[in-house]
Amino acid sequence: MNRYFWILGAFAALASLLAVGLSLNPRAIPSPLVGKPAPAFRLTVLDNPEQTFGPEALRGKPWLLNVWASWCISCRQEHPVLVEFAKKVDVPLIGLNYKEVRGDSEFDMSKLPADEEVRLAQQRAKAWLNAHGNPYRLTVMDIDGRVGIDFGVYGVPETYVIDKDGVIRMKHTGPISPEALAKKILPLLAELGQ
Amino acid sequence: MIARVFVLVLALGLGSAGVHASSAWEAAQAADPVAEKRLQDLSRELRCLVCQNETIADSNADLAVDLRREIRSMIHDGRSDNEILDFMVARYGDFVLYRPPVKGITLLLWGGPVLLLLLGVGALFAYLRRRASRLGDAERPLSAEEASRIEALLKENDNK
Repeated sequence: MNRYFWILGAFAALASLLAVGLSLNPRAIPSPLVGKPAPAFRLTVLDNPEQTFGPEALRGKPWLLNVWASWCISCRQEHPVLVEFAKKVDVPLIGLNYKEVRGDSEFDMSKLPADEEVRLAQQRAKAWLNAHGNPYRLTVMDIDGRVGIDFGVYGVPETYVIDKDGVIRMKHTGPISPEALAKKILPLLAELGQ
Repeated sequence: MIARVFVLVLALGLGSAGVHASSAWEAAQAADPVAEKRLQDLSRELRCLVCQNETIADSNADLAVDLRREIRSMIHDGRSDNEILDFMVARYGDFVLYRPPVKGITLLLWGGPVLLLLLGVGALFAYLRRRASRLGDAERPLSAEEASRIEALLKENDNK
């Protein structure tokens, strides 16, 4: 009797351990950048290629950096949430367009000259924002994905909450659901806004 | 096999990185066996975050191609292996290392198997000792009374 009790106990312990493991998202890898200053960058702005933008421009207020691309399927799922967010909340939302052309497997990059890639990227990004709405205060173009590497981007879409001192306070990997927005991001922004 | 896949992946990576990103030094470095060996060794230490059970050396994911390119350019800049691994850990965390460092949070990861082994060995010895004492009982010579009972039983059987 005692013996069966132990076996049953061990089984229950193992089962609950595995149940917890199954409910975790294996793709959500904690970012070492949370709590650290956002990496500096300087990229051209989509709407005005003469202009560049760097994170230091937003010192003094919390803001969001959202990594997206037109080839990213989950971005389409996330986009309405961002459009709603931009309508309701007065927090700058900056788009980081990540590898717009070379991230899309349909292009043979060996046949595409660099300036053509930039032109194509701008055209595709603009078309996408026209079609789905533009929630971004501005979008910067990370053509080769180098800034993405500095931010530790590994799965688009990703969203970073950056505080008024330029420190990354949260990273959300994958599309933002309305729940994640309401339960995680908005409360954090409210706290940071004080 | 892995080496062959790596060469293939590298060839594909170089092919797609091709014209736009490549410069003379990239091609020169691909031909430099020492730098190429370092790139391979480092890539095997690093996990591809897109297909999480592959190394950057094995993975054909876009990110792995980008990270190999990044490693190559850091090798070209004369950075040490540790500097390159630190660069990756600063961006992607310890998870990017195929051999996680031993520290507080990874203690169970490293110590767990040893702990389980010790528990197993302990259980095995406890079982063997119990079993030995049971067997010891069985090998004890029969007492006179037991011997006569057996004799009686055997005789009874013969008579049937």
